Parts: sequence; structure tokens; C-alpha cells
Amino acid sequence: MSFADFLADLANPDLAFLPRALLVAVASSVLCGIVGNFVVLRGMAFIGDAVSHAVFPGLAVAFVLQGNLILGGAVAGVVTALLIAVFTQHRRLREDSVIGVFFAAAFALGIVVVSRAPGYSGSLESFLFGSITGIPDEDVITVAVGTVLVLGVLAALHKEFVAVSIDRDMARASGLPVMWLDMALYVLVTIAVVLSLQTIGTILVLALLITPAATARLLTDSLGRMMLLAPLIGGGAAAVGLYVSWSWDLPVGGTIVLVATGLFVAAWAAAPRHGILWRLVHRKTPNPPDQVSEPAELTKAA
Amino acid sequence: MSALASGNAAAGGCVLGPPAPLIKVANLAVRLSGREVLTDVDLQVRAGELVGLVGPNGAGKTTLLRSILGLVKPSKGYVHVSAARIGRSRQRLGYVPQKHEFAWEFPITVEDAVMTGRTAALGWLRRPGLEDWRAVNAALDRVQLADLHHRTVGELSGGQKQRVLVARALALVPQGLLLDEPFTGLDIPTQQLLTGLFEELTSEGTAIVMATHDLAGAVADCTRLCLVNRTVVADGTPADVVATDGWMRAFGAQPSLGTHSRRGFGTGPNTVLPAEQTEMVGA
Repeated sequence: MSFADFLADLANPDLAFLPRALLVAVASSVLCGIVGNFVVLRGMAFIGDAVSHAVFPGLAVAFVLQGNLILGGAVAGVVTALLIAVFTQHRRLREDSVIGVFFAAAFALGIVVVSRAPGYSGSLESFLFGSITGIPDEDVITVAVGTVLVLGVLAALHKEFVAVSIDRDMARASGLPVMWLDMALYVLVTIAVVLSLQTIGTILVLALLITPAATARLLTDSLGRMMLLAPLIGGGAAAVGLYVSWSWDLPVGGTIVLVATGLFVAAWAAAPRHGILWRLVHRKTPNPPDQVSEPAELTKAA
Repeated sequence: MSALASGNAAAGGCVLGPPAPLIKVANLAVRLSGREVLTDVDLQVRAGELVGLVGPNGAGKTTLLRSILGLVKPSKGYVHVSAARIGRSRQRLGYVPQKHEFAWEFPITVEDAVMTGRTAALGWLRRPGLEDWRAVNAALDRVQLADLHHRTVGELSGGQKQRVLVARALALVPQGLLLDEPFTGLDIPTQQLLTGLFEELTSEGTAIVMATHDLAGAVADCTRLCLVNRTVVADGTPADVVATDGWMRAFGAQPSLGTHSRRGFGTGPNTVLPAEQTEMVGA
């Protein structure tokens, strides 16, 4: 399917779920991209993984009770995130062990709950791997409001999050409420994850948090630029991923993550100063000239 | 002790007699994981003093610093800073942790990293203003990092990183500065730069407490030594503290005194104090 056909389908009123899915996928990827910067910089990838699994019992309960999936997931995710934040204030257990305990427990609870629901295996699949159909209209509004809310809080607490991220002890000594800031960050991660779940699923949502931010980190040494690049990369990957998914009838979670991963690999190879291609080229020319290297030169150098 | 006198003048508030201590630790006991790490610690630090906390590994030097900062809750006793209970007055103290406590891979410039020292003082929802940037630039000037203010912290050398941590603490213009092993792994020029800076700060009335394993350096530079081994074993001028039985028990030997070239020289634990140098220092 050509890109023009894709645009035509987007405009087709019979396929109204498609623009909804595009909107939700791009918005949630942008959100995850920005929140993911702190996840990547603080080495919280495992927490992101935990939260994305921890929302599962909430989804399961909401599914069994015919309630709102986003709300159910958010409650379960936030509760788990707060439990982790509280338990990790103890020094005897390392954070990763606490997280391991809680996220497996939450996922186990989810499986037990969802198994009681009739016809669960089909819904289980869409929980785990996401789907672009069946996103209700009100979820589009929820995603939009949630995105604005999370970005607002993140902007408001930016300097505090930075201070805590680079030196917890100093932050605490200077009087910042470190535990509350940790909890706030975990809750923001949870909301970002929950809003992304419907399109991409619990298993792959971690990639939306980590991959765009990690790609941005490869490309720049500035937090400000990361904050711009990561959502661009995430949103772009979501749009392209959805197009690929629609054109070739592939699961959307998979295509979005693979596109994002492709960008990550490209950045790893071509990043200025640190990328492998850049180093190969500049090893030949110790004093790099002003001109930008052409692809032809690259192959010659390699 | 001229540093102390000018410290009084700079501190300003006190009229007659010795000034009220900036830091007062009384009857402090700290338990960590059920073990009593510090017992019955009494310590007062006044404006203009440069106090060296020395003691063997595991003696509780870092725990004492962390207690003064309010990072560790005492099981007994209390810590007052500037006659106010800690928590309301934390911002009077600057803290320079050991280098590995800082996330150096974080993508942040030198000046932004130094600005984080003012984050809590700035308050919620406030962005740094002109006054904040002035303080940051002044702090960078003092550690001679002004040229590198746009450099990413991950690209700095070990000595430059240590200076960033000192500048971050100074960005608040604190009345007291607490340092944990500030000289570890530094080359001699950087050690001298920091030693000179500390002397300058104390002469302006800043109180400095530093935990250190560099005994010879501490003896040469500090106005006062405090030998800690789960409690304060000895407290006084370097010459007095070095002469105590506690010193011999803790370190098994005395460092050489009076070597002004200090850091890097004569720091061996087995260097025995020559008699004539003792007299020189005592005089």
C-alpha cells in the first residue's frame, strides 16, 4: 500500500478508528519519549518494565468488571510504583530486587484475575501486544488530557528532578523531598505507560520509554536537546510504525518498536563524535575539515 | 589564630568573646542497621575554623558528616546548625560528597550542575534569576572552572570534577562547608588549588569540616584536628592531637610535621615525627 492510500484510509469515515489510533499512538509515544529521558538517565529501565507489567492486574479487573481500562491500569500501576518507592528507601535491599518482587507479583495477580473472565485469551492478546482497533472516543480525550498533565508536571518539577537525578544525597541534604520526588516521577512514568498500553501492549511499551530517549542520548550531550529529540523520535516511530502495520497487516506494537529500534541502531552508527561511522571517518582525518562527510567517503573509509 | 579572628569579623553577629558555634553536635549517637556507629559525639565548629576529621576506615567520619547534614537520623543527642535545629537551616551548609556519589554520565553542563546546588533554595516553580547566575559564576571563578562552564560534566578530568562539586556547594554561599575526602585521587596542583581556596574561605569566616585520610595534609592545613573513632577521641590543634595516645592507637605512627610541601610528600604512615620539628610546630 502506498503512502497516499494510507492517507486516504485515514480520511475514510468508515475507518474512523484509524486516525484515532494514529493520534493515540503518536501522543503516547511523544509522552513516553519525554518521560523516558529520566528513565534512561537514572537507569530506571527496570522500573519502567515493572510499571508496565504492574498495570496488568488493573486492566484485568477493569476488563472483568467492564470498567474503564485506563483507569484500572492507572490505579494498579500507581499503587505498585508507590510500593516500590517506599520499599526502596530501605538500604538493605537493592532497588532491583524490590522491583522484581512487586512486578512479578502484580503480573501474576493479573493473570489469575483475567483467567476468571469468559473468553479471556483474545483480550489477553490485545493487552499484551496492543491493537489499533477498538480505541473508544473518550480514550482519545483521556490521552490528550493525560499528555498535557504529565508534561505540565514534568516541566514544573524539572530542576528538582535533575537535582535528584544527579546526586540524591546532596538533594536530600539541601532540603528537597527526595522520596516524594521519586514517587512523583514513578507516577508520571506509570501514567505515560498506561496511556500507551492500548496501542502497543504491556510487553512492548517499555520500548517506547527507553528506545527514543536512548537514541536521543546517543545523539546529544544536552538534556534540553534530548527533551526535544526523544519525543520527535518516538512520535515519528509511532506514525511510521502504524503505517507499516496498516499496509502489511502486521501487529502495530511490533512495527512501532522495530522502527524505533532501527532509529536507535542508526544513531549508534552515525552519531556525531561517538558514532562508529563518525569515528571511522575521522580516524583518517585527524583534523576534521568543515565539510560534512558524504556517504561515498564513508564507504571508502570503511 | 588569625583566621579565627577575621572569621569573627566576617561573621559579624557576635560581639564579645568566642562566637556561637555554627555547628553544634551534642551527645550524638547513631545506629546504622542495628550497630552503633557513633556514640557520645560532642563537637562544635565555629566560623573560620578548618576542622579535619581524621580516623581509620569505618571510624564513622562520613556518618558524622551525614548526621550534621541531616541525612542520618541520630538515635540520641542532636545536631544544631547556627543555633537552629537542622532541617530549617540546611541551606547554611554546603556539602561536597565523594566523587562517586554524583551521576557524571548525566548530560549536563558544568554551570548547570553547579546551579543544582541552588535548586532547593530557589523554591518550587522558580527559575534561576540573575542573582543565581552571579552566584554560580562566582563559585566557578573560585575553583577556576569559569573557562569550562559550557563543558559537559562527563568530559571533565577527576580534578575538574572535584572542583565542580566544590563549586556546587559554594553556589549557595554557605556559612559552613562539609567535605568528604576532597583530596582523594587528585594531583598536586589541584590539591594546592583547593587547599588555597579553603584557607581563603576560612579567612572570610566560612567554617569548614573535612573528613580526610591525608594525615600529613590535614596536619599541615587544618586549624584543628578531630580524631574520630566511633566517638571523638581527641580534639585540638594538630600538634596536640598528634601527640595523644589515641593517635598512636588509631594510626600506629605519627606523620611528619612542618613539611610545608605537604601533599604527596612524607605522608607514609610510618614516618616518625622528628624531635626538632615538633618543637618548631609547638613554638
